[in-house]
Amino acid sequence: MSYKERADGRKFEDCRPMEAKVGVIKRADGSAYFKFGNTWAYAAVYGPRTLFPRFMQNPTKGILRCHYNMMPFSSVGERVRPGGSRRSKEISMVTAKSLLPVLDLSAYPNSVVDVFIELPSTEAGSRCAGINAAALALADAGLKVKDIVAAVSVGRVDDQLVVDLDYTEESYPEGHVADIPIAMVPSTGKITLLQMDGIIPKDDLVKVVELGKKACMEISKLQKDALRAKYAGSEKK
Amino acid sequence: MTEIKVKDKDIVVPGDKLVEGMDVLPGQGTYREGEAIYAERIGVVKVDGRTVKIIPLSGAYVPQRDDLIIAKVFNITMNGWNVETNSAYPAMLSLRDGSSDYIQRGADLNKYHDIGDYILCGVTNVTSQMLIDVTMKGPGLQKLVGGRVIRVDSNKVPRIIGKQGSMVSLLKEKTGCKISVGQNGLVWISGTPNMELLAHNTIKKIEEEAHIPGLTEAIGKFLDEQIKVKA
Repeated sequence: MSYKERADGRKFEDCRPMEAKVGVIKRADGSAYFKFGNTWAYAAVYGPRTLFPRFMQNPTKGILRCHYNMMPFSSVGERVRPGGSRRSKEISMVTAKSLLPVLDLSAYPNSVVDVFIELPSTEAGSRCAGINAAALALADAGLKVKDIVAAVSVGRVDDQLVVDLDYTEESYPEGHVADIPIAMVPSTGKITLLQMDGIIPKDDLVKVVELGKKACMEISKLQKDALRAKYAGSEKK
Repeated sequence: MTEIKVKDKDIVVPGDKLVEGMDVLPGQGTYREGEAIYAERIGVVKVDGRTVKIIPLSGAYVPQRDDLIIAKVFNITMNGWNVETNSAYPAMLSLRDGSSDYIQRGADLNKYHDIGDYILCGVTNVTSQMLIDVTMKGPGLQKLVGGRVIRVDSNKVPRIIGKQGSMVSLLKEKTGCKISVGQNGLVWISGTPNMELLAHNTIKKIEEEAHIPGLTEAIGKFLDEQIKVKA
């Protein structure tokens, strides 16, 4: 039991200060940002629009493409080389897969919805921030979504269960660390993303996912308030 | 026991629970999960007897039969013209429907509508695969020559037109411009340069303030002031 207190003083089940805003990119069809402390994600949605190349078109429903991109000087470590990498490709894929269960594109055959996630500043938990922003942007674009997906990373630092790991915890030198990003559909409690890096005992995993679900409900409330804030006062008479 | 958890004209976001119970039917923009009805998109709630639906506040234009739209010609084929509809899908204007005049087979089609031309046309058919047919046969359907075409949010088009066209006739009357509003969110304005610009700015203003009640009077006042300044 050596990990007793978090570097920034918050409780083990608390997230970093969060902020969400909808409609931040004027020319996009839908946009939003979501911030976990120093991890900032901006998402822009374009579409539905005709998909080219043509062989990628699906005549039964529209497809979703996500593009995750960390900006060159966004992280605390070395400069991120611009352009795609193995890592960004994987995160783009899991982001799309975590959003698809709630997204209904059956009304848009042969078309595509593009989601661009840009991260100007990152300090752990970037894929979760990206998913939170993208879920908001999809709803802002007026697409049919059953719910707004909320995501957070949970884990275990040494033998302490924690929610929303920051960079110092993710790279904690004096013990084992498990980093588990999860995404959840708040209305049903179903999980759409569950990944893990590190090792954790089985019963701790179950416990920490429950902590994560609780955090997701909090995030979901923040997301919905942000969405409502943009459209507040748009009641038609 | 059915309980409606929202009021008429409430703003809801996806995932909001609207109704608990089986006595109400889910309408447009909602879905049923178990015994409850949830919102599926951002919009304003409308409780209509036994159904609850959502009038969307955002989203791209989706072509529907009998819509009146402004489209841009982007290709000419043997059988007619391909036009952009400001949606995810292009539309086809066939030779037969292209003009009220008789078009001879093998005629130069760019003499009727050239690439880049804007046309006011009606949607005659939309298939499940979103193949769209448009026609130019009908009262008022024409090629739009001169003027400018601006883009607005297609969800705000009813507001720009106004009740029984009150808003758009006000605009036409005060600015003296010819104005056509397409349901796909394209608006064509043609008039003197000053008035065209005023109409353009006013339409943008209507789009931004679409939620304010009594907008037609406010816009009338705004136009009078602007015209006085210019004169």
